[in-house]
Amino acid sequence: MDKAEILSQLQEIFRDTLDDQEVTLAYETTANDVEGWDSLTHIHLVVSIEKHFKLRFTAKEIQSWKNIGELVEGIISKK
Amino acid sequence: MKTFTQLVKNLKNDFSKLKSIRVAVLGDSATQFLSQALRGTGYDYGLDLNIWEADFNQIERQVFDPTSELYEFNPEIVVIFHSSHKLLGRYNKLKPEAYSTLADSQMELIDGINSSIGLNCSAKIICFNYTEIDDTVFGNYSGKFESSFIFQLRKLNYQLMQYASGHAGFYICDLSSIQNLHGRKTFFQPSIYINSEMVVSIEIMPDVASRTLDLISAMNGRVNKCLILDLDNTTWGGVIGDDGLENIQIGSLGIGKAFTEFQYWAKKLKNRGIILAVCSKNTESVAKEPFEKHPDMVLRLDDIAVFVANWNNKADNIRLIQSILNIGFDSMVFLDDNPFERNIVRENIPGIIVPELPEDPAEYLEYLYSLNLFETVSYSNEDAERTKQYQVEAKRSIMQKSFVNEDDFLKSLDMVSVIEPFNKFNTPRVAQLSQRSNQFNLRTMRYTESDIETISTSEKHLSFSFTLEDKFGDNGLICVIILEKEDSETLFIDTWFMSCRVLKRGMENFVTNTIVQSGTRHGFKRLKGEFIPTAKNGMVEDHYKNLGFTFDNGFWFLDLKSYEERTAFITAKPVNLQ
Repeated sequence: MDKAEILSQLQEIFRDTLDDQEVTLAYETTANDVEGWDSLTHIHLVVSIEKHFKLRFTAKEIQSWKNIGELVEGIISKK
Repeated sequence: MKTFTQLVKNLKNDFSKLKSIRVAVLGDSATQFLSQALRGTGYDYGLDLNIWEADFNQIERQVFDPTSELYEFNPEIVVIFHSSHKLLGRYNKLKPEAYSTLADSQMELIDGINSSIGLNCSAKIICFNYTEIDDTVFGNYSGKFESSFIFQLRKLNYQLMQYASGHAGFYICDLSSIQNLHGRKTFFQPSIYINSEMVVSIEIMPDVASRTLDLISAMNGRVNKCLILDLDNTTWGGVIGDDGLENIQIGSLGIGKAFTEFQYWAKKLKNRGIILAVCSKNTESVAKEPFEKHPDMVLRLDDIAVFVANWNNKADNIRLIQSILNIGFDSMVFLDDNPFERNIVRENIPGIIVPELPEDPAEYLEYLYSLNLFETVSYSNEDAERTKQYQVEAKRSIMQKSFVNEDDFLKSLDMVSVIEPFNKFNTPRVAQLSQRSNQFNLRTMRYTESDIETISTSEKHLSFSFTLEDKFGDNGLICVIILEKEDSETLFIDTWFMSCRVLKRGMENFVTNTIVQSGTRHGFKRLKGEFIPTAKNGMVEDHYKNLGFTFDNGFWFLDLKSYEERTAFITAKPVNLQ
């Protein structure tokens, strides 16, 4: 799976989890850019991502990504 | 079961038509997701949970301060969630010689919480029990050593059950059994705990919420009362009509074992007071044969309240069962191995619960356990007698058909009713009926045992409980009246509910005669009644009108002086009548 494919799947996960079809993600998107993405929903998002890609992040990784691009890299490194 | 994400989506739905309940959630771990899951699940249970959530780790401050936001919120239900993690944290900080005091001191805290809530509001308490964490510091030796953490934790769970059995408004939500069912790996996600203080994984949240809602909705009178069984390949293996008595599978061999164990489960439910009925496509005599003759059958004909075996469609047969039992379709569970029959029933009978039984009968029981179908918040000895009462009812309805004249039939029943005020013997049953009567209930006020005790000693109230016995058997306590002295002339009927088992026996007339006499004796001039509609009590909409009350400005009135005694063929046996 390439980066673009992961990005587009992530966007679907964000839309579903945050229940907001308007969410649009790019590599440079940060939590500040997405309405409803706060420290609490972050946990929900992480679990949804783990379930979708069938992987587990470490406790440290969960708080490590500065933007969506880093999250995409994180997923690739686990696959 | 829905996922947590789906439950969160529920939060956007319209809750305005649902029954609203104020629920306070107090936890020593992060509870935001739990609250969301509870409200989202509540929607699917038809409840609008108005949730107030205490700030993180504020249980004691909220509970022990009489002026706290908790009491300002005035909850109807308080959910207390002490996590095993925090318990372990406390244990870790103890001096080793104090390890063995953990369970006792935690129980003391819980007792304090329960008492304080009881003093400051009338909420019922739902306390989560403790999911097991084995720190393995003592290995298997933990089981021999009281100071080990797992020893203390299990002792605490046991003490909690003992405590709950002695405290009426205190209920346990069995979190530990959810973890047992799904495993700790599913229940707890360490990486999420480290980042969020959440000790319940998002994956298991819907299970936790649903188990809690089972309890909340049972508190509001939603309980399942009847289990309807298909026979071939559900109650026994094979087809009795084709295979014959000798060849159906039941007993200790092979797959027969699964059906035997299933029957023991149904039998335990029957002993608890769940009504068993049979609905089978069979010739009746053939269907009954195993119950009468097969040595390995656990269920016998006298375990079954209503036995329907014919070639009509199952939806019609379930309607027939319903008409005899007089309970709501939404309190019935139908088990059938055949997906086609299940669909017919599901599509034609709204509200009935039709579990998707697994294909393999070996899986039936584990699957049924996981559904927690028969939640209850009370149990009395009368529950166990229920099957007999419904069998008697079936006989009665057959006999009724032989009388042309309704009055002749009622006279022939030799009915006797014992009338008593509330006392310590009937209080549990009165409270229980108050929790579960939905249909014949004029105002649907729900009272706990302690409420009933208060009313029984109150100067402002007159209380009546009625039993009904006839030549076929004793129905037990079937009707409750609470009259409130509104002013010197008016008695307000705060509560009137009756078991639907005794409809059409003239009980309404008899009760009216009784309370009119009592009111007159106490010098009152009128009775005042009210009908508060709910989704289920449409049958009593015209109740007061039929009894001769007149409607004025939202209430129904009956003048005592001009009242003419109504016809009833019931003999009163008053005991210390109020």
